[in-house]
Amino acid sequence: MLGDIFKLFFENKKAAIGFFILLFFIGIAILAPVLAPYDPKTNKIEQVEILETDRGRRKTVERETISEFEERRVYTQEETTTYEQYTKKFPLNAHPSKEHYFGTTQSGQDIFSQVLWGTRITLSVGIGTGLFTTFIALTLALLAGYFGGLVDDIISLFTNVFLVIPGLPLMIVIAAYITVKGVMPIVLILALTSWPWPTRLLRSQVVSLKNRDFVRVSKSLGEKPLYIIFNEMLPNMISLVMASFFQTTMAAIIGEATLEFLGLGNVSIVSWGTILYWAQNNGALLSGAWWWFLPPGIAIALIGTSFAMMNFAVDEISNPKLRKR
Amino acid sequence: MKYFARKVGLLLFALFVAITINFFLPRMMPGDPASDLVDKMQGIPPEALESIKAAFGVNTEDSLIIQYGKYLVNLLKGDFGVSISRFPTPVSDVLKVAIPWSLGLMGLATIISFIIGTIIGISCAWNRNKPAATFTVGFFIFIRSFPYFWLGLLFIYLFAFKAPLFPIGGSYAPGIDRTGWTFVLSVIKHGFLPAATIIVSSMGAWILTMRNNMINVLAEDYITVALAKGLPMKRIKGLYAAKNALLPSITGFAMSLGFVVGGGLLTEMVFGYPGVGLMLFQAVQAKDYPLMQAIFLFISAAVLVANFIADVFILILDPRVRDGGK
Repeated sequence: MLGDIFKLFFENKKAAIGFFILLFFIGIAILAPVLAPYDPKTNKIEQVEILETDRGRRKTVERETISEFEERRVYTQEETTTYEQYTKKFPLNAHPSKEHYFGTTQSGQDIFSQVLWGTRITLSVGIGTGLFTTFIALTLALLAGYFGGLVDDIISLFTNVFLVIPGLPLMIVIAAYITVKGVMPIVLILALTSWPWPTRLLRSQVVSLKNRDFVRVSKSLGEKPLYIIFNEMLPNMISLVMASFFQTTMAAIIGEATLEFLGLGNVSIVSWGTILYWAQNNGALLSGAWWWFLPPGIAIALIGTSFAMMNFAVDEISNPKLRKR
Repeated sequence: MKYFARKVGLLLFALFVAITINFFLPRMMPGDPASDLVDKMQGIPPEALESIKAAFGVNTEDSLIIQYGKYLVNLLKGDFGVSISRFPTPVSDVLKVAIPWSLGLMGLATIISFIIGTIIGISCAWNRNKPAATFTVGFFIFIRSFPYFWLGLLFIYLFAFKAPLFPIGGSYAPGIDRTGWTFVLSVIKHGFLPAATIIVSSMGAWILTMRNNMINVLAEDYITVALAKGLPMKRIKGLYAAKNALLPSITGFAMSLGFVVGGGLLTEMVFGYPGVGLMLFQAVQAKDYPLMQAIFLFISAAVLVANFIADVFILILDPRVRDGGK
């Protein structure tokens, strides 16, 4: 059952492309320390200039960062060679170049390094929130759908109420009251405002499964609710649970970027949202620094597309009418 | 009718929940943001300080229930308190200036987006095996993945900075007479880019909903029968398929209004468009809690009213609901 779903999932072209994009970004997040050429917060590097004295004239042989130099020092210590250590400041607001692939910020930080490092926070907050929200939604949906009655009435009422209360303003207002800025508050705010949609979706699935014959048989055989839920119902809900996870994660990534862009997150951490915040606050737009706000936005859109495509694929798999014939 | 009464009851309850959240949020947050604010505001006039203390329950001897009662009574009287950042203007006066701009911008943009998106969705479903339809759907999935505000930034960069076709922000040229055609033209010119942002980024949702509904309908038996009877394609597409697919689309429209409004608010913030969204942003930055709360309430109420209107539409359009079947 489970294996079938995953097989169907990866046979779908949209799902495969979406999954590949996600893997790509997960790779970047893990390898950020290796891939990023500079520290994302610094605007200078310590360099060593290796000089050689040639007929009384000193001439530069090579420039290296301190760490590379330490490694090679043993080999280059000859009498004619001298070293000069100095701090090299990055150019401010520089166009993309060989030294800085995505250019630099107004205070000289390397944007390429920032985007790579930013992947970590953006992805972990997004996926973490997605998992958390899906878990809340699934629990509520099972409680409401399986047990019915008053429990269902109460959960459904609040689901429907929070579905019509606009999420973004609520998110902004809660964030504005929070005095401790950080990643955890953002995860909580995002989960708090995004649970109703998946809950409603999953609940209706639980209700429809509850009335299927195989569940009824299980019940009349005297199986315990937990057994029925985990062994009879959940396996039949995998595709919808996956869809919920994709949707909530996508919403969380955009939501996080939005809160941080508005300065409601912790602006001293490096994530795609905070890069956009600093770009906006330093007037990147009107000084023509397109390289400052273009890369993080495109990265968000790519990740969003990846989740949207996987979601679309799950939709197609579970609803054969949508499939191409 | 029972369906309708239930819906209205739900919306009223939602309003009550929004009001209650508004009341309890500042009182329950860790770190007590309101007293924090009062501590920081040494310079402001004492009467303003008093009104803030009363509104947020700082240094008060009343119990929570009594505070809540007072809060509800004040709301009923239309008294939202005094804005801190624009002291001594009452919050309701500040809101009054912003509301028409938001309603005009978001209302118009949303309607245009819904109509265009639905039409494109119909044609994407009808021609779903053609590459153009696949491309359109893919393109809008991609566009929809951009954060609203970022698309706004891009539009400003492209069409206001690089090619200065439109103004960078605001809602009309400063210093012009607020009557006559020059004013109208100026408003249109200033509203164009924000409206385009909302239309382009929300259209994808309508296209996808309508496309999927329409494909579901196209698989129904009565469509096969209509095709077998040899009815003209145009008739099948419009009268048989699209008409029936539209209803769930309108329900979907009502459900996603909250998202649309959220996107509209962000668009205003990016464009400096003087509506409710920009005001919310300024209130948050200035820690103007009374204004912030009033804006949240207003937005919630507006979305609930819009939901109500959509419900009325469904009541008129859907015979199952209208004739009280279920």
